[in-house]
Amino acid sequence: MIVTISTTHQPTSDFTYLLHKHPDRFQTKDISFGKAHVFYPAFSEKEATMALLLDINAVDLSRRTQQNYAQSFQLDHYVNTRPYVSSSFLSTALSKVLGSALNGTCKDRPEIVHKALPLVVRLDTLSAKGGEAQIRRLFEPLGYELQLTPLPLDEQFPEWGLSTFYSLELKNTLPLQQLLQHLFVLLPVLDNNKHYFVNESEIEKLLSKGENWLDTHPEKEYITKRYLKYKKSYYQKALTELNPEESASIKNAEKEKLPSLHDQRHEMVADELKTRGIKSVIDLGCGSGKLLRHLIKMPQLEKIGGLEVSFRELEATKKRIYYENMSPKSQERLQLFQGALTYKDERIQSYEAGVLVEVIEHLDPSRLEALETVVFEYGNLSTIIITTPNREYNVLFENLPQDKFRHPDHRFEWTRKEFQDWGNTLAQKFDYEVDYQAIGEEHPLHGGPSQVAIFTKNAKPQAKQNK
Amino acid sequence: MKKNNINIPELALIVLVGTSSSGKSTFAKKHFKATEIISSDYCRALVSDDENNMKATNDAFDLVHFMIEKRLKRGRLTVVDATNLRPESRKSLLRIAKKYHVLPIAIILNIPQRICIKRNKTRTDRVLPKHVLHNQMNLLRQSFGRLGKEGFKSVYEFRSPEEVKAVEIIRRPLFNNKKNEQGPFDIIGDVHGCFKELRLLLEKLDYKIIKHRDRSHNWGYTVRAPKGRKVLFVGDLVDRGPASNEVLRLAMSMIEAGQAYCVRGNHDDKLRRKLKGNDVKLQHGLAETMEQLKDEQEDFLAALPRFLHRLTSHYVLDDGKLVIVHAGLKEEMQGRTSQTVLSYAMYGETTGILDENNLPERIDWAKDYNGKALVVYGHTPIQFPEFDHNTINIDTGCVFGATLTALRYPERELVQVDALKTYSKPSRPIRERMRETINLPIDDVLNIQDVQGRQVLQTELVKNITIREENAIPALENMSRFTIHPRWLMYLPPTMSPSATSNLEGYLEHPIEAIDYYKTNGVKQIICEEKHMGSRAIIVIAKDDASIQEKFGLENKGIGKIYTRTGRSFFKEDEQWEALLLDRFRIALDKANFWETNETNWAIFDCELMPWSAKAQALLQEQYAAVACAAVQSRSVTQSLLEQAQERVAIPTEIMNRFTQKKEKAHQFKKAYHPYCWKVERLEDFKIAPFHLLATEGNVHTNQNHKWHMETIHDICKHDPEILLATAYKIINLEQETEIQNVISWWTEMTEKGGEGMVVKPLAFIVHGAKGILQPAIKCRGKEYLRLIYGPDYDLPKNLKKLRKRGLGKKRAMASREFALGQEALQAFVKGEGLRRVHQLVFGIMALESEPIDPRL
Repeated sequence: MIVTISTTHQPTSDFTYLLHKHPDRFQTKDISFGKAHVFYPAFSEKEATMALLLDINAVDLSRRTQQNYAQSFQLDHYVNTRPYVSSSFLSTALSKVLGSALNGTCKDRPEIVHKALPLVVRLDTLSAKGGEAQIRRLFEPLGYELQLTPLPLDEQFPEWGLSTFYSLELKNTLPLQQLLQHLFVLLPVLDNNKHYFVNESEIEKLLSKGENWLDTHPEKEYITKRYLKYKKSYYQKALTELNPEESASIKNAEKEKLPSLHDQRHEMVADELKTRGIKSVIDLGCGSGKLLRHLIKMPQLEKIGGLEVSFRELEATKKRIYYENMSPKSQERLQLFQGALTYKDERIQSYEAGVLVEVIEHLDPSRLEALETVVFEYGNLSTIIITTPNREYNVLFENLPQDKFRHPDHRFEWTRKEFQDWGNTLAQKFDYEVDYQAIGEEHPLHGGPSQVAIFTKNAKPQAKQNK
Repeated sequence: MKKNNINIPELALIVLVGTSSSGKSTFAKKHFKATEIISSDYCRALVSDDENNMKATNDAFDLVHFMIEKRLKRGRLTVVDATNLRPESRKSLLRIAKKYHVLPIAIILNIPQRICIKRNKTRTDRVLPKHVLHNQMNLLRQSFGRLGKEGFKSVYEFRSPEEVKAVEIIRRPLFNNKKNEQGPFDIIGDVHGCFKELRLLLEKLDYKIIKHRDRSHNWGYTVRAPKGRKVLFVGDLVDRGPASNEVLRLAMSMIEAGQAYCVRGNHDDKLRRKLKGNDVKLQHGLAETMEQLKDEQEDFLAALPRFLHRLTSHYVLDDGKLVIVHAGLKEEMQGRTSQTVLSYAMYGETTGILDENNLPERIDWAKDYNGKALVVYGHTPIQFPEFDHNTINIDTGCVFGATLTALRYPERELVQVDALKTYSKPSRPIRERMRETINLPIDDVLNIQDVQGRQVLQTELVKNITIREENAIPALENMSRFTIHPRWLMYLPPTMSPSATSNLEGYLEHPIEAIDYYKTNGVKQIICEEKHMGSRAIIVIAKDDASIQEKFGLENKGIGKIYTRTGRSFFKEDEQWEALLLDRFRIALDKANFWETNETNWAIFDCELMPWSAKAQALLQEQYAAVACAAVQSRSVTQSLLEQAQERVAIPTEIMNRFTQKKEKAHQFKKAYHPYCWKVERLEDFKIAPFHLLATEGNVHTNQNHKWHMETIHDICKHDPEILLATAYKIINLEQETEIQNVISWWTEMTEKGGEGMVVKPLAFIVHGAKGILQPAIKCRGKEYLRLIYGPDYDLPKNLKKLRKRGLGKKRAMASREFALGQEALQAFVKGEGLRRVHQLVFGIMALESEPIDPRL
């Protein structure tokens, strides 16, 4: 990784004094992740160019973090772009190697610290995942003139298109300190990756390096969120500090939302369970546990189950509802376990009702048959509630291309007819009555955004044949 | 002193009954292993630190019962050392014995009260009040005579210290335990009095039968069996047919001569009850049998009840790999004895409901069978016996005019003779097969119990492979959300270890270490195969759609499937390529006469599919190309800026050299992946390089060496060289140094031209070493390929030194286990053991793959 900063300000010695780096020397400094070299590829009375070269060893980088065992087993550990592109490594190097310039101290010529100088920055491997527009959004409001060239991924394979790297030249007339501050904050934001763990001290760092410019930057919210890795408590604190009144109004706006479609599905399920006097229910595919939190509050439910295939999700749900801290009675009432609806599972059989909220569409159509057997044949459930998106409604989503599903993991989405055909076949095969409804506000032509089938087992005494 | 011998079956629940100080613990310790004894006193101590704490009794007994259950479930003889004087306490023990189909046996120590009192006084650990002993004595007296009625199979009583002292316990195997009998066997289906057909069948199987005029001599028949072979009858020797008496005579003769075993069928049992004098209706063919017995000789008739009585419910043979039984038997009942086991064995699982023919509705027990032992049974006549979930029904309704069937074991061949005539009409129509989809895993429902939590899987190649719960967890998500349908997934390839790290300058891997591995393990010949750089692909392919439906139970799903080493569809987005490629492959197989040569309609191949860029597009672009792009750009700019600066500033030479070198490494890195990428525009841009023919109908081809695999595959590839790539290989004799040098040069040449490297394997598919199986294959990757794995600068001396510190032990252990599971899965699939068993094994591979291991190995 290399970055150059040039000026045509005269005397050029001002520039070297500010940088605290002698123009005729090749200087090297050890930093935690490798070495930083400073040298001047060009220096004359008329102009000066300083280069900061980082020598990051990728092998060292990966062997260093032994404590993070699992992470070291990622394939990109040795093979990654970190050593070559602009990133938080560069910000760290700026503060370690050009610390006094960044902090605005210059013992010998204090008068030039705040003086605007004509400066040019060149970064030949700028990493910016958000593309050209994003780079411009961040730098142009600060008065920079940009020259941007995207790098092709591989000239031999033009069909692979462009990389997320750019050759960038930034021109502006401003104090050197400010330029360095801009780079310090904005380069990691563009790269959207940090080589160290983001903790609370980052707020302080951002506010000090962003002093005098971040609060008026039109993208300050975006910059703040991204710099602090979207940690809500951190960015809210930083934004409040930056501009107390504005952020309060943002918070309020977030609160006043209408009940979402998701909530409507849950309310519908809860109502249905209530009117039927169901005493025990299992949420098949409980996900993040939103419905469970609804169900826990229903006094009529004596037993609640949550089955989820993703163990990580399940653990997160347990944390979210403070499962481990619940009283033994509550824990007995609410059982959470990993399971998959393509496997016969005796644990399902001990519940009266089963609920599948937006679950089936995450399963390959070829595996639905297994789900049907597991839930309908072996599940021993008197009521089964299944919801799924209504595909017809998709035309009303402006941003959804016609051939796309609402979620990248959806394996299919059904029209009302497709859903009902499926439901009717199941009802007949497994001896249930079935009833369909729309969920969400109904469109006269396209129906509701989501649809539900409610299956009721026909009350015929039936000997269970399978154990 | 006279010995007091008592026989105890090897698996039993032995309940000691006696008052305090009657010597139960001493008795138990003398005759049983410490681990076999569950003592209530000890459990009291375990839960309360005090053997005499009577308040802890309830908890202590919970523990007693829990431990007994665990032991009985695992088939271990267990002794209960407690007073067991109250009927209710014995009742709970009997309930446990019944649950696990274990014989309950009571041993009463009825020691005179005065002796107990005396002993009690001298005890140092505990002295009971006199009245307690007195009460206990009363309870003991009340227990006499009740124990048998309560359900104990045998009751032994000893009345004095002397009698107790004289006891000698002899353990005998259970009647059903014939694990030492390892065959070969000829297993014969329901005979039902068809003596002529039985005789023809035995003669067809090379048995010589001599009939004696003296009908008392060997019950009238002497049989000479072909060398080492024995006959196993699955029961129902009698009823309906013309000569049940002769069948009985022949069977009795063979059994007494140690040439045969027979289990009890429901008809045999009915005859037994009839002869015992029970009120049994003369129907379903019993009338004919009674008629045939009417004029039989006295000695035969006298021996018959005992013969029938001794017919056991089932036999477990051949180290537990074979079970014969009349109507069927679940795994947890095998090797157990109880009334429940006996009736299940004779009648199978029934619902108690009567069907349209007014006969008990039968449950298809085999559908859910997932046991390790092959169960051979009869009872329900069918037209075509077939292996199904590791079971086979060989009752082919001879008495109804069809055939009499024998199954040769371990050959798994059927031998049949046709019925000479129809002797009886079946009470319900004879079905073609056990169910329509027999042999297909089609109606198998996977069970979460087979895969969840910690599992220990047994395989032929590696005993006891433990699947840890934390690895099963991610595998479950994978299997249910991302893989192809489990019916396709009969195999997953094992991981492959690289060669040991090389110490040659500039190399991290070199063939010499791989060759040395096999050499030091005593392998004489190895095969070195070119390693193609594409993506691993497993190809399931069949002659036509119908063959896929028949063997894999997938309807209208085409003639096959191409899937990745993680069980996902290879062509997820572009399914049209998959169908086209499969079709081309199928045509090549047609032309090579593959189906006829291998007598199969389907096959599973292990392949490499190219180009790499076809599957790994995202990885390539996001990782390798991105790194190359950034590295080349950044290092070129650096180089030129340094050169520029050098004109006016002194730059240390080592810095100049270092960055010049780094620039070159960046370019090399970029060049490293180029040979593996090309644009796919037409079908012929794909290349498939098969390297193992894993399985075809009836065969897992691990008994063939790699030369056979290569030749078989080359023969196919030549029919479509545009798409099918024959892998280059060399067979090396490890005693010839020149051959070794040649193959090293070959490797160097290939890798210098940009090849990935090669795979070194022992010539035989499976080789056993001193410590289990050897690595089935070891890869040696080329210098430039490794640059992609370890980064552009990996071969700088300083970096290489660090990278040499890599451990292979875990990788190799995983490779062996996954290989063993994969082979077992294929075997199970080929034998038709059912989806649940195969899936459990394949799931195991997937779970092992989530074990954290350095992915660069």
